Formats: sequence, structure tokens, C-alpha cells
Amino acid sequence: MSVLRNVGHWLEERFQWDDLVAPLREKTVPVHRLSYWYFLGGITLFLFVIQVLTGILLLLYYRPGANEAFESVQYIMTQVQFGWLIRSIHSWSANLMIFTAFAHMFSVLFLKAYRKPRELTWVSGVILLFLVMGFGFSGYLLPWNTLAFFATKVGTEITGQVPIVGKPMMIFLRGGEDVTGATLTRFFGFHVAVLPGLATVLILVHVLLVQRLGISIPPQLEMEWDANPSAKREMKFFPNFALRELMAWYIALGVLGALAAIFPWNLGVKADPFAPAPAGIKPEWYFLFMFQTLKLIPAKVWFIDGEVLGVLAFGLAGLLWVLLPFFEGDHPSRMKSWITGLAIFALTYMTGMSLYGHFAK
Amino acid sequence: MASGESLGNPNQQQPPSVLRRRFVEVLLGSGFVATAAAFVYPVLRYLVPPTTSDLGSDAVVAGRVGELKPNSGKIFRFGNRPGLLIREASGEYRAMSATCTHLSCTVQFREDLREVWCACHNGKYNLDGRNISGPPPRPLEAFDVQVRGEEIFVRRRRET
Repeated sequence: MSVLRNVGHWLEERFQWDDLVAPLREKTVPVHRLSYWYFLGGITLFLFVIQVLTGILLLLYYRPGANEAFESVQYIMTQVQFGWLIRSIHSWSANLMIFTAFAHMFSVLFLKAYRKPRELTWVSGVILLFLVMGFGFSGYLLPWNTLAFFATKVGTEITGQVPIVGKPMMIFLRGGEDVTGATLTRFFGFHVAVLPGLATVLILVHVLLVQRLGISIPPQLEMEWDANPSAKREMKFFPNFALRELMAWYIALGVLGALAAIFPWNLGVKADPFAPAPAGIKPEWYFLFMFQTLKLIPAKVWFIDGEVLGVLAFGLAGLLWVLLPFFEGDHPSRMKSWITGLAIFALTYMTGMSLYGHFAK
Repeated sequence: MASGESLGNPNQQQPPSVLRRRFVEVLLGSGFVATAAAFVYPVLRYLVPPTTSDLGSDAVVAGRVGELKPNSGKIFRFGNRPGLLIREASGEYRAMSATCTHLSCTVQFREDLREVWCACHNGKYNLDGRNISGPPPRPLEAFDVQVRGEEIFVRRRRET
């Protein structure tokens, strides 16, 4: 151990990081019956790291291009040792990450952790959620199978519905008028370079904000603890909470490994731009509530195209969602505010529409 | 030395050196802006994909006589877009664009419905290509069909 201490001392003399990590030693996590929800952000981060690692592994064999992509993924899954497992983990981890990110967001809403001064933590988090969905959308196309081909066609076409900027954006995304190999090349670039870069910066900002501002206590509990300080419970972040988080990661890894091994991800059929869309085609589950909503809007509402209306409504809703904390004052009388109601509505709507979309013909 | 004095005495009005400073600021500023523009403009143009000369000719061979049994359909290539060739139960041929006018999925002929159907959002068209149910906002572009010998030619309709 003395060798380690010497090395630590030697590095400390050169980096002088003691001051930097000092706050981490003081940091505490409030302990109460809802503390378990604090793990979700960390689990999402853990799954993101898994994505980066398995993504790098997939890059060793994956080849972007309309004539090679499907075959290279097929090669990974059938020829490369444990290739099926790596790809399966990448796909499952992606889906779990989106799920935990959504769960994290709703837990933050219900525990009211977005309140002042944590508005920017919320903003960066919601943008990260959108980025994660962008990862999902771009990554979905990469195996170049039929489902992905038509999902991308529909998804980019929806972008094209936005007035004025829609068409140029669609052409930018597709790399042309149609979904072709050029689209695949672009999506590959977004998926492995643009999005990871943006996400890494935003994750750093997000985590830094959590470090600076400390962990939020639900307002109800805060009041109780203010009235009766002896009831206050907390634990040290390091090592007490960090070790618990590590256990959560270990469980997440177990779930991930089991899912990936027991239900390996399908590859499907190679995309053919000259084949009709297969029956029962649907987007990934996290886009299903939007898909189903668009499906239910009539072709014309008054004089506006139904699609345009739906896209604008979702765009506006997304923007307002990012700015959500700024609509709530920090006035105590508004504690039981409408935001909780809105969160319940959003959760119910998204779950209901997703289930409807899943079971609808 | 004038500039040195002006820095030392900010309260004193010294128009020539202030002017000179302003001139240098504007020169530098516009230089930066010009440099930035010189970088940004090519990048923006680079992001826009080149337009491909699409469609080629206005007519293609969509299939051969005898290839399609009555009441069936097939997808053919029309330039780099898909087209749909249908043989009705009566034996008559029809052709139209196979790109759904809703969100541009590729449609198919449903033998059971005797209609054109899009699997993505359950849009339906009749055999003239007219949108009859579901979300499609416009009819499919109909093409002219000519049978010449063994080959079935599909031709884009002239704009009138």
C-alpha cells in the first residue's frame, strides 16, 4: 500500500487535485423513502458507457454503405466470435438506456428536482434525452434492414413536413431527395461522431451541475426537515452512495447480459428500396406514441395538413418541455403545482398511446 | 508617443488615437468576420448534397406480358423511384407511382382488397391512384401503360 500512497503523493505534487476532489468528500445524499430514484441517472450514465464501449467494438467490423452494411452486421453476428453478443448488448443497452433516461426524467418531475437553482440541469437533461433519441434513430438505420429503411424514410419525411425549413432539413438528413446509401453514410457519421461528441459535452455539464448544486430534496421532505432538523438523514456520497450506485450498476449489467444472451437482437431482412413496405411496420417503442398520434390525426384539420399540425405540435411541446422549470415560480404556495399534473398527463398519454400503437393493427 | 499618452489619460479627449484604435478594431473585426465566413460558407455548401440527375427517360419497361397473372401487382424501377404495375382482374394494366403521398413509404397492390395499400399508416388508393382512405393527402401519380409486343411500357404523363 505504501507504494500506492507514494505514487498518489507523487501525482498529487504534480496535479494538485486535492482541492478539486475535496468537495466530493463533503458531498452528501439525502436519505428517505424515495432515495432509490436517485440511482436512475447513474444507471443511465452507466449504460451510456456500455454503449461507447460496445460501439467501439462494433466499429472494428462494421462497414457503412448500402452494399456492405447489412452484410457486415451479418458477419459480426455469424462469423465474429461473440459478435452476436456484442451487437445484442449494444441494442439492448440502447433500449434500456432510453427507458432509464425517461424514467429518470419522470422521477425528477415527480420529486420536483428541477426547481430553482436546478433549471439548467433539467434543460441539459432534456436535451440529452433528445440526443439519446437521435442516437436511437440514427443507429437503427445502420444495419440497413427493411424495417430500418422504412422507419428512416417515414422519420425523415416527417421532418420534411415542417414549414419552410423542413425540406432543406430533410435533404440534409438524407443526403439527397431519397433514403439511399448516402443517408446511411450520414447517419453513420451522426451516430459515431457528431452525437457522441455533443452528448459527452452535455453529460459533463449535467454531472458538473449535479456536483455543484448537490442532490435535490423533495419539497415536502425539505419542509419536514426544516421544521424538525433532528429527522434529517443523509449519507456520504463517497463511499456510501457510490458503492450503492455500483451495486445498481452491477444489477443493471446482470439484467443487460441476461436480456442480450436470452433474446439476441434480430437482424431482419436486407433493405430493398424497390420492395413495398412490409405489413405491420412500426417504429421503435420510444417513437410509438408520436407515430400513433400522427396516425390518428385526420389528413386535413381545417385547412392545415394533419401531418404538419402533428409535427408542429410535437415540436412546440418538445420546446416547452425543455423550458418547463421556468414556468413554475419558487413560491411555496405553488408547491402542489400544475407541473405534477402535467407530468402525470404526459406519462399517461405516452404510455397509453404506446400501448395503443403496439396493439393496434 | 501619442497612443501612450492617451492610455495614461483616459479622461482626456484625444480623437486621433481613439480614431486610430477604432479603425484597427474595425479592421481586425471585419477580418475575423471575413475569415469566419470563408470557413463557414464552404462548410454549409458542403453539407447540402449535390442534386442527382434523376428520372432519366420518361418511359421504362415495367415488365413482360404474362409475367403478371390477373388481379396482381409488382413494383418496378422508374428512374430511381419505385413504380407499381397492376394487372386488373379483367386483364387490363395500370401503372402509378409506388411512393405513398403521405410519408413516402412504398405501397403495394392488395389482391384481397383489389386496392393499393400502404403498410406504414394504412393508407388506401383505388386503381386510378386516387386516395380513398387513411392519411394520404393526394392521389398517386398515374402513368400511361402501353403493351408493345412482349413488353409493357410505362410512360410518365405529359404535363397539360
